[in-house]
Amino acid sequence: MFLVQANGASAAYRRLLGCLAVAAVAFLAVAPAAPARAAAPPAKKGVFNPTVFTLKNGLKLVVLVNRRAPVALHMVWYKVGSADERPGESGIAHFLEHLMFKGTETLGPGEFSKIVAANGGRENAFTSWDYTAYYQFVAKDRLPTVMKIEADRMANLVLSDEEVRRERFVILEERRSRTENRPSSILFEQVRRALYLNSPYGRPIIGWMHEMKTLSTKDAISFYRRHYAPNNAIVIVAGDVDPARVKAEAEKVYGAVKPVSLAPRFRPQEPPQRAARRVTFTDARVPRPSLVRMYIAPSYSRGATKYAYALQVLDQILGTSATSRLYQALVVRDKVATSVGSGYSATALDLSNFYLYASPQKGVPVAKVEAALNAEIARLLRDGVTAGEVKNAKQRLMDAAIFARDNLRTGAMSIGTALTTGRTVADVEAWPDRIGEVTVDQVNAAARLVFRIERSVTGTLLPKAAAEPEPAKAEPTKADPARPGAVKSGTAKQ
Amino acid sequence: MNAFLNKAAAGFLAVLVAAPLAAAATAAVKVQEVVGASGVKAWLVEDHTNPIISLTVTFRAGASRDMPGKAGTARLLSTLLDEGAGDMKALAFQRRLESLSISLGFEVGRDTFRGTLRTLTRNRDEAFRLLGLALDKPRLDADAIERMRAQLISSALRAARNPGSIAQNAWWKAAYPNHPYGRPTGGDEKSLTAITRADLLDYVRRNFARDTIAIGVVGDITAAELKGLLDKTFGPLPAKATGRPVPDVKPRLSGKVVVRKLDVPQSVVVFGHAGIQRKDKDFYAAYVLNHILGGGSFSSRLHNEVREKRGLAYSVHSYLWPLDHSALVMGAVATRNAKVAESVKLIRGEWARMAKEGVSDAELKSAKRYITGSYALRFSSSKNISEMLAALQAEGLSRDYFEKRNSYIAAVTPADIKRVAKRLLRANSLTFVVVGDPAGL
Repeated sequence: MFLVQANGASAAYRRLLGCLAVAAVAFLAVAPAAPARAAAPPAKKGVFNPTVFTLKNGLKLVVLVNRRAPVALHMVWYKVGSADERPGESGIAHFLEHLMFKGTETLGPGEFSKIVAANGGRENAFTSWDYTAYYQFVAKDRLPTVMKIEADRMANLVLSDEEVRRERFVILEERRSRTENRPSSILFEQVRRALYLNSPYGRPIIGWMHEMKTLSTKDAISFYRRHYAPNNAIVIVAGDVDPARVKAEAEKVYGAVKPVSLAPRFRPQEPPQRAARRVTFTDARVPRPSLVRMYIAPSYSRGATKYAYALQVLDQILGTSATSRLYQALVVRDKVATSVGSGYSATALDLSNFYLYASPQKGVPVAKVEAALNAEIARLLRDGVTAGEVKNAKQRLMDAAIFARDNLRTGAMSIGTALTTGRTVADVEAWPDRIGEVTVDQVNAAARLVFRIERSVTGTLLPKAAAEPEPAKAEPTKADPARPGAVKSGTAKQ
Repeated sequence: MNAFLNKAAAGFLAVLVAAPLAAAATAAVKVQEVVGASGVKAWLVEDHTNPIISLTVTFRAGASRDMPGKAGTARLLSTLLDEGAGDMKALAFQRRLESLSISLGFEVGRDTFRGTLRTLTRNRDEAFRLLGLALDKPRLDADAIERMRAQLISSALRAARNPGSIAQNAWWKAAYPNHPYGRPTGGDEKSLTAITRADLLDYVRRNFARDTIAIGVVGDITAAELKGLLDKTFGPLPAKATGRPVPDVKPRLSGKVVVRKLDVPQSVVVFGHAGIQRKDKDFYAAYVLNHILGGGSFSSRLHNEVREKRGLAYSVHSYLWPLDHSALVMGAVATRNAKVAESVKLIRGEWARMAKEGVSDAELKSAKRYITGSYALRFSSSKNISEMLAALQAEGLSRDYFEKRNSYIAAVTPADIKRVAKRLLRANSLTFVVVGDPAGL
């Protein structure tokens, strides 16, 4: 019933909204909001050490044993998200996620949630561009009950027009709460739309208001039939459970669901990006300006994928804490910004993004902050990162992986997002090793690949009274000719 | 659909008569009391599964101890404790934390000032040392104060334009016009500007004391190891707190719907009235009652009436908010301007209906099943458990609370619910603040 703007977007969104409010605290957290960041336990080789099964109907089952408490987290992930929608039906993936609680051939509307609650379970669901997932968190002896009803709604959803009509009002209210009532969300939505020239990642997960209003029972059922099937699903069970028994239970309930023939995921790809874009949103509800710069970037699965790990290290060095470069330069040294940071997620089926954000100090023009950001990027491209910075960032990321084992959710989320975006369990387990292998040269090459202004959107949020900002002046960027493999940034201004 | 519904009901019953939930779900969590030579006490849950230690420390302090005209002092301080301590300036201190993967953070509520520490076992001693330094010897350097002040002012300015924050702040201000609870915990531009370094130091000296401390520790550490660290870390703090006393207070409630005009498409609504204190003998009955009214996310009456039946909101909920010196029942909803009057009417109506009729036996049974059955879910991370350990001590609850808590819920009878519904729910004093451009209000 929620939508998760994962893949870096959620972080961007939150930071844009609350970068000031949470700055001091958030900057203390290593790898904030990064479930995909797993790590190396001292004893065993992997991170979460899952057991993986594939049922005859194609359903993949992953079991993560964690005996901290006598509980189990049960999740079903479908390899479908808002980026798999057809043009004109934006929001249908998320709307269907809501409608999945409206009953099946054997359960009435709302009955699913009543059963979960009566069994002391917490539940919810979330939708992103690449996946839709449902979960129940229960005492371990309730696992068979929730597996049974989850398997039921994988194939037997029943919707009435009246239920659909009512729930449509709910998603419209959800969009008002998340987007229409928040200027920073509106800017964020416009920036993404401008960044992706052809990829469906430019569409908001929740949908455009005018299209959401037209979504029908037929649209929902058609989407459901095309995408919800055991051979398009991953079941993840984490907790105090026995893998063999979970497998037996899964065979009983999920094994009975028939596979369907699936069309390959249709994802229009980005053309070369040739022109820097600017987006400005002016609104009376904005007290002070803020700035975001978003660049197209490779993910684990698309583009120059070999840089996906180096970009995570770069993100740490640039802007995830109070000691990172951007904060030290813009907030501490130059005192032009009250907050600044960066964000990147490699977990996406298609091209991801790397973003920077900043909030100017009182009285400082937004153009001046943009120039300062540009200067830091120029310095990065000119001088590169240091061996010490890389070593430190890698250590923090690898340590974050140890912390990731402390709760059930992190492992399940890491594996769920990986398996729905073209990666494998082995990739997740090898994450600390891959991070450990990142070199200074790779980080510098990744920076030169990504920080090209013609592949970016610069968004500004302005108070109503303020004038339009002047485009920032900054030093031109030069690719370092001394470094082999440098990606030329042409005449890009950074 | 009728056939489906009948079958559904049958299926539902079958689930209900299944075996009762394991009440001993938390029995595995053994809480030890560790007392240092200095008298500093902590509750500890040892867990050597992962090389991780989580610690939560709270002081009975919080934003209500801010001096008059200086609202936001505690909040500002909470952002400054990692900006240098002892002879380490901000960058050195933060680099030290970061290079050792130590997380240290502070949060402020109305009645508590809370610190959270998380470390790998290998950096345990240094992590405790840095926490001790942050509490006992924060530098509060001028440049750090200005940096954090600027961030909080920006944040306050944003809150002043955000419908949700406007509604919250207006509600609390109206309920507690002459009491610290009426001020925003993060202060406003004027009060934040007025805070001096002396104010911050004064807050530290008065409030970070051993007599109001509560410490919860979870993870890869033994009682013997913790004992010595407690003395080193918290021993240097003063024995007694001398914070500004906060008087007990009753919320002032008009029972009206107050509209604050703002040009947004969706009105944000905050509502509430007087509640029930944590130590009240009726607290557990009130907790169950509220779960049925608006606490249970997808099963509550408010959710059902406002969202499920009418699609008037994405989220509607209510909650008990016991404070140290007052108590509230509150809730929130957001509905498009054209329809928000209907949401307000429905909520007041549900309030009155429950006060008058109470709840059905089936609702009570179902709520108790959920509340007892879901309790074990709270024990799924070290941080959750360390926070609960600190909170139990701060509330004066017993060390065997984890084992006993479900029995307190199970003991709630229909008669208790009836009595508490009458006592607690007052539809006529339910006071609403609506921020937006609502029609018909």
